[in-house]
Amino acid sequence: MLPSPMQENKPSPQATGEATAPGQRASSRADSIGPGSSAGREATPLTRPSGDVEHLAHLYRQMFLIRRVEEEAARGYAQGKIGGFLHLYIGQEAVGVGAIAALRDDDYVVTTYRDHGIAIAKGMSPNALMAELYGKKTGCSQGLGGSMHLFDREHNMLGGYGIVGGHIPLAAGVAFASKYRADGRVTLCFFGEGAVSIAGFHEGVSLAALWKLPIVFICENNEYSMGTPLSRSMSLEDVSMKALGYGMDRDRFFADDVLDVEKRIGEAVARARDHSLPTLVEIRTYRFRGHSMSDPAKYRTPAELEEHKKRDPLTKAREKLAEMGYGEPRIAQLEAEVEAETQAAVKFAEESPEPGPDVLEPTTYDGPFAA
Amino acid sequence: MRNLRFREALREAMVEEMEKDDRVFLMGEEVGYYQGAYKVSEGMLEKFGAKRVIDTPIAEGGFAGVGIGAAMVGLRPIIEFMTWNFSAVAFDQILNNASKVRQMSGGQFNCPIVFRGPNGSARQVGSQHSTAMEHFYSTIPGLKVVAPAFPADAKGLMKAAIRDDNPVLVMESETLYSVKGDVPDDLDVIPLGQAQVARQGTDVTIVAYSRMTHIALDAAAALEKEGVSAEVVDLRSLRPLDEDTVVQSVRKTHRCVVVHEGWPYGGVGAEISDRVQRLAFDWLDAPILRVTTLDVGMPYNAKLEQMCLPQADRVVAAVKRVTSRGRA
Repeated sequence: MLPSPMQENKPSPQATGEATAPGQRASSRADSIGPGSSAGREATPLTRPSGDVEHLAHLYRQMFLIRRVEEEAARGYAQGKIGGFLHLYIGQEAVGVGAIAALRDDDYVVTTYRDHGIAIAKGMSPNALMAELYGKKTGCSQGLGGSMHLFDREHNMLGGYGIVGGHIPLAAGVAFASKYRADGRVTLCFFGEGAVSIAGFHEGVSLAALWKLPIVFICENNEYSMGTPLSRSMSLEDVSMKALGYGMDRDRFFADDVLDVEKRIGEAVARARDHSLPTLVEIRTYRFRGHSMSDPAKYRTPAELEEHKKRDPLTKAREKLAEMGYGEPRIAQLEAEVEAETQAAVKFAEESPEPGPDVLEPTTYDGPFAA
Repeated sequence: MRNLRFREALREAMVEEMEKDDRVFLMGEEVGYYQGAYKVSEGMLEKFGAKRVIDTPIAEGGFAGVGIGAAMVGLRPIIEFMTWNFSAVAFDQILNNASKVRQMSGGQFNCPIVFRGPNGSARQVGSQHSTAMEHFYSTIPGLKVVAPAFPADAKGLMKAAIRDDNPVLVMESETLYSVKGDVPDDLDVIPLGQAQVARQGTDVTIVAYSRMTHIALDAAAALEKEGVSAEVVDLRSLRPLDEDTVVQSVRKTHRCVVVHEGWPYGGVGAEISDRVQRLAFDWLDAPILRVTTLDVGMPYNAKLEQMCLPQADRVVAAVKRVTSRGRA
């Protein structure tokens, strides 16, 4: 049941507002900074034990699949087979894969235009994704959406959106519907740190906090909003502190370890599911490619990039798998499967037909065209 | 048959649909405890509770987006803007999310939502509260836009809007809320996209909608005294636009004057002019004229404001121009 906002009009929660060192868990996560957060601090049962090597292998497989699909997409783009914008997720895979691993299948995901990895992690087939990038009829959106607008109703992937911050209130609305219907579902809303200065972020987060919506806002802080570093776009270094003004719980950590992402997001998901409380989570990450394919990324040094590549979440997961006794032959086999799946997706996309003009009117209106 | 005020007719439509379908809810500024800034939602909080009549903070972009997200997963929100003027800060939500999500998703997701509120000028509310917003929204594929003039149409179109599986924008008018009109007891939906002939005539077709339909009828009454028989076509829907009814009327009268609030550059009047000249070219005896708000920001001064807005005398003058030229 959705209580009246007026009835919920409690005094502002005490905001501790302590700055957090990079890579440190936000102090507020343990302290109570949000309404009802004390109730949400109980131990969170994870859907799968994090020590399970098969589970890690599954997550590594997803991350590797995302990377290989995107590398092939970059190749297709260079060959002129993919048009428009292509924003790659390479380097950030642990965020989407780890976060979505903490969800149930019926939970919802809404994200930005950097959506390939999120879509695959939520269950979209590489065929449907690659065909969409190729603008083909067999793509997830029949070739009408393209790279930035990946939707998959069956897997509750509610889309990639191209206007920065515009999808954040929309995601709050999806969570609003879950609360209205008491369906127990949680919504994950992804966005970059470049989105936290625009109205959509503040209005969406503000309403989610006011109405106590079951949503997790995940800020993927990859340090650059296109070419502008965080230091030149925000007065704070710690994005998660934005939560304080809304009396919302927050968390902040690096995304090197996919299992850690799953665990930490799992806590926020439990807070949403069990207590209908939103959380703002800042996950620090790094994209290894430019903002989009047309960006040579001259605003950062090769040394900086190489430093970050040492923290590649795929390398880390692969090493951890080996440590846990998942032998090289099994890893190689897994990677070979992904390679075959990726090549099959490219072949599927290349061989698929293009949509005809008959697709235009029925996708504009449900029912007769209205002109 | 009952005689209802415009606001009562709108309220009845919302109440009846909310009683039938618990997916429908009303959200907006002051819609609940305050009983609506213009009392359109009066009593609805008591009837449906705070779960379904939801007061929002002043955040049009935020709650418009919330409505869109809720609609995508199966609810049927009614989002009230205190005035459509404030929808300017939600324009991105309506343009880029509501109107496009079905297309971007290849038809996987719909957005069955109603955005509603008073549109255009009121009385001396100044430049920023007097814009006719329908011209911007009517250009956008994926949206439907209605602008009723009478209580019965307000009720029937609102019910149709709520049941429609697409985003529908209902343009009301602060100065119409107290206008009374007959509403049939058994009125159900009035289909979107159907104009009506509000007054029969033979010499000229005056096309109007919303508050301007009343101005057009005033002008027609004045013209009758001067021996000119004006037919008034009340569009009711701006998108889909019932061009057949307009064209049929113009083919009969051979002359056309379009009346609307909003500036003369582009807009609904220009759209109608285009369709009429294409579809009734051989029947026209005079250029199509438009009577619009003057091409300036809305002045606060009462006399200047009334001068800027379309009035019956300006409509009469335009009709005289097209009829005299036709006869010459």
